[in-house]
Amino acid sequence: MAATAAIDPAATAWMLVATALVLMMTPALGLFYAGLVRSKNTLNTFMMSVGALGLVTVTFALIGYSLAFSHGNGFVGGFGHLFLHGVGFAPRPGTRIPELLYFAFQATFCIITAALVSGAVVERMRYRTFLVFLVVWSILVYPVLAHWVWGGGWLQHGGTLDFAGGVPVEMASGFSALAAAIVVRARKDYGRQALLPHNALFVLLGAGLLWFGWFGFNGGSGFSTGRPSVLAFTNTLLAPACTLVVWFVLDLVRDRRVTAIGAATAIVVGCVGITPAAGFVSPLSAMLLGALAALPSYALILWRPRTRLDETLDVLAAHGVAGFLGILFIGFFAERSWNGVADGLLHGNAAQLGHQALAAVATPAYAFAATFLILRVLALFMPLRATEREESIGMDVVAHGEEAYASGEGAILITAEDGIEPPVAVAQP
Amino acid sequence: MKLVIAIVRPEQANDVLAALHRADVRGVSISRVQGHGGELERVETYRGTTVKMALADKVRFEIAVSDDFVDPTIDALLDGARTGEVGDGKIFVVPLERAVRIRTGEADRAAVTPVGD
Repeated sequence: MAATAAIDPAATAWMLVATALVLMMTPALGLFYAGLVRSKNTLNTFMMSVGALGLVTVTFALIGYSLAFSHGNGFVGGFGHLFLHGVGFAPRPGTRIPELLYFAFQATFCIITAALVSGAVVERMRYRTFLVFLVVWSILVYPVLAHWVWGGGWLQHGGTLDFAGGVPVEMASGFSALAAAIVVRARKDYGRQALLPHNALFVLLGAGLLWFGWFGFNGGSGFSTGRPSVLAFTNTLLAPACTLVVWFVLDLVRDRRVTAIGAATAIVVGCVGITPAAGFVSPLSAMLLGALAALPSYALILWRPRTRLDETLDVLAAHGVAGFLGILFIGFFAERSWNGVADGLLHGNAAQLGHQALAAVATPAYAFAATFLILRVLALFMPLRATEREESIGMDVVAHGEEAYASGEGAILITAEDGIEPPVAVAQP
Repeated sequence: MKLVIAIVRPEQANDVLAALHRADVRGVSISRVQGHGGELERVETYRGTTVKMALADKVRFEIAVSDDFVDPTIDALLDGARTGEVGDGKIFVVPLERAVRIRTGEADRAAVTPVGD
């Protein structure tokens, strides 16, 4: 078994755990998002993430993995791994883990990225249309961007560094969310009523679980138990802590009170900021990155609700902007003595900043344009939005026939003998 | 003096509050209630259990007003609560024998007139 001789058992063991950690981030995101919406949309919001767990796993196995990680051109991979052809126990080239495990790890990334976009369209997008969107987006957007930086695409060849997904995960979801919010348009009550989070505890718990899972996300992106993984793992502790501290200070300056939902947001922003840079910068640089990442995201989260842009759960601010910052940060602060790969501008390599800037421009452009077109085309075949009446009732009952907080009072059991009748109006007044 | 009681859709409650505010009706109590007034019953399914939800969530407004304010209050409620679909709710107007403002002991008309008017 010459092929399996190169497998590193320790790396494989860690990557098995890391993959499970990243998979858990998608239900964690569902919880985070569900807490941020009104109670009548709790299940629908969570189910958008659950939809990604099902559909995106299937699309990534059948098509997406091949488009991202098989030999192709600079723009997109080929069909070499279509239907997981050739994906087995032999090591993935460039790593010492089985390619089958490499695929599973990458699949969890595609799942959560697609789920992230839902934050822009919650509380009004038609669920069936969203499911179709997940299928198309997870084939046409994520794999292309993953190919650019990890699968042998043009950014990777050009020298762009992206440790754990500033390009295909964070900027892709953030700028896709912007496009989705523009095409799907605002909720009917947006700007007229206060639309408040219905459960701040869900938001905090979701953010905590996301941070926990992020150790697998960043720590696993070294595909080893070696230095890059250890560095990325520890930086995933340091950076979000600094974002939290700065966010506290910003809250105190603004209102003399530290907010819980702000803190939950800060955790996500910090994790996003360090994601691209996790294995490339020193621990102290990671702390600086965490602190810096708070500033633009905080400003955008304050400013965005004053506009007509109902990018409901601020995916652009938390993921797009913080991911953009993290990608550029590498260009300044990368240290070869820590990462063994490349230096940034501050360590004498100005060219690295150019490579990073290219990714920071090209990724948002592709993600925004592709998502905009996908939704515009879908709108020709099916309604993107629920009706105003359905939006009033709430998407849980309309799309799923369930309530998150059903009391059971007034519920009349429909027995098998009665059959299930369509809803009937009784006692018409 | 009358006590105006209105049962409205929860999603219209904010519109009703805004309409009452425009009509200068300031003293309002609201509570969440469940009821049934002839609207479509929702069918929900939880695993193998399918149920008809015979009670719908509603918001109950209670507004004590002097006689001149009864019609403006009703107009505001109609304006804020009406969607045109079955299930918009009801308004009940009942006579009110006494009203007392606890802070001052003012009674009746003075008690239901907002401070400063």
